[in-house]
Amino acid sequence: MTTEDRSWRRDREGLGVWNGRGKTAFAGWGMSPIDRRWDGVSMDRTLGEYCKVAARAALEDAGLKPEDVDGLFMCPDNMAGANSGASASWGPSRPYFAPPYDSEDGLTIVTNKWLLANWPELNANKNVTYAPDAVPSIGEGLGFTAQAVVDGKCKVGLYIYTANNLDGRYRRGGTFAAPKAPGASQWNNPWGANVIDLQLNTTFALTQYCQRYGVDWDDLMFPIVMQEHMNGLMNDWGFYSTNGASHLNREDYVNSRPITSPAHIWDYDRPVNAVGAFIVTTAERAKDMKHKPVYILNHNQGSGGSARSSSITLDEYEAANAKVARMCYEGSGLQAKDIDIFNPYDGFSSFLPFSLEAFGWHGVGKGEARDFVNGDISIHGPHPYLSGGGNLGNGRTRTAMYIDSIEQLRGTAGERQVTVKAETAICAFAPALSAAYLVLGSDPH
Amino acid sequence: MPYIVPVPDELSKPFWDAVQEKRLIVQHCVACNSLQYPPRPRCLDCNAEAMDWKDVSGKGHILTCGVLEDSHLPVRAADQPLNLAVVTLDDDPRINYYANLPGTPPFQVTVGAAVEVTFEECPDGSLIHDWRVI
Repeated sequence: MTTEDRSWRRDREGLGVWNGRGKTAFAGWGMSPIDRRWDGVSMDRTLGEYCKVAARAALEDAGLKPEDVDGLFMCPDNMAGANSGASASWGPSRPYFAPPYDSEDGLTIVTNKWLLANWPELNANKNVTYAPDAVPSIGEGLGFTAQAVVDGKCKVGLYIYTANNLDGRYRRGGTFAAPKAPGASQWNNPWGANVIDLQLNTTFALTQYCQRYGVDWDDLMFPIVMQEHMNGLMNDWGFYSTNGASHLNREDYVNSRPITSPAHIWDYDRPVNAVGAFIVTTAERAKDMKHKPVYILNHNQGSGGSARSSSITLDEYEAANAKVARMCYEGSGLQAKDIDIFNPYDGFSSFLPFSLEAFGWHGVGKGEARDFVNGDISIHGPHPYLSGGGNLGNGRTRTAMYIDSIEQLRGTAGERQVTVKAETAICAFAPALSAAYLVLGSDPH
Repeated sequence: MPYIVPVPDELSKPFWDAVQEKRLIVQHCVACNSLQYPPRPRCLDCNAEAMDWKDVSGKGHILTCGVLEDSHLPVRAADQPLNLAVVTLDDDPRINYYANLPGTPPFQVTVGAAVEVTFEECPDGSLIHDWRVI
């Protein structure tokens, strides 16, 4: 099993219940502090240092020591986009520092080689026996880690995910500033149809949704965005809870800076500089750790579909979400009625009505999202939707959906603990066109 | 409008060559008669490789629309606020195009309105297809 070998992926329907169902578990998680940007000066707040901070917190949460780790899973992606300018890469416009900060590694990406070289404590007993290169980003990466544990590659896997952001406007430089559009971009960039501005092309799926179902964008999206900010403030690690609340209200939301109208700035997650870490171990080993195990019941990756032409249509996007939901339920052996906690990915708010309706969480069907989110979706109510606050309520770490699902199921969510049953959870990174979902349970069976 | 200049590749060159002649063409599957845009190596419906090109009417309708107000693409930011619409092709509504709808002020676009193709000039003097409300 390597990251080049894609046979481990559960990326289509018809695979049946996962053979690793209930055989692995989350035993801990940890987050570094969250900065809006690395300031270029504080060497104790680099991405590399934050990897150690997050990993130590995850190990402590699990009741483990660094030498207990035998599998290291590092995603070396540049979340801000390696070719997107000065906010994403330190060089070449700025001089590097003395080792170990003499390249991008440690500053805007972190590889397993960098961490092993610069955190000797982690591998003091040559305990790390499995450390594949180029582990995928968080959704796929956690699935990859779980599969590696099931396959016997390691018993205690440490997965680390970095979010980088430097001074400057996010994804405005580099290839984004180019006057020419090569490759796939020739079909969208000339007219300004950039995938980020279009919320990974879902803005227009959602405007079509609003047209078809007679829904006003702000009526649909504000309750969701607002609830996510409220839930995020109940995390002790989130960007807004540690850097100052947004104090977002409807007037602020409606009048906030438009990006691609009708989408506002608050519909887009806020880029940050931070690191998250997770401990995935065998179900057997997890029983003796500090907290109640949270078992992994399924992992899925892959696309639910794609646009046939330039822009994905509403029908195509609804079908893609429905396919991903079927894969998720098939592999876990669960159904919509079985899911207590629902933390789908929300890097852009426009993903959310579609995943809600496709998964049928709490019985929500097509075209019913507006009425649902204008009901009681509060954390202590009957429908605690997006209880972790997601990226929108915590910053663009892509970790909130996993952290919250773990905490709700083991009963350690504190102020954020839901009052309804919390025995199963769905959590995800990325929307339906490149989705990676996990299904979790407090019981392995 | 300072359109970002498309860079043709081997697959797309016939399309962009036709645009320079003020013709709108789409890929046509020889096996199943399907039409598709943007061009791809194979037919999306039957997976055949045998694809040629077909002239189309250049008539369409607006499927949906937004307005770019803070684009990540600095070249297009000079035009903000800028219409960004999705237009379906009447010849085959499964085909859609991005459009800036030159001649229609931002926020005054009617979804469902009829449009026709227009060929606008890029900064390098080449032509690009866009759509105008009729």
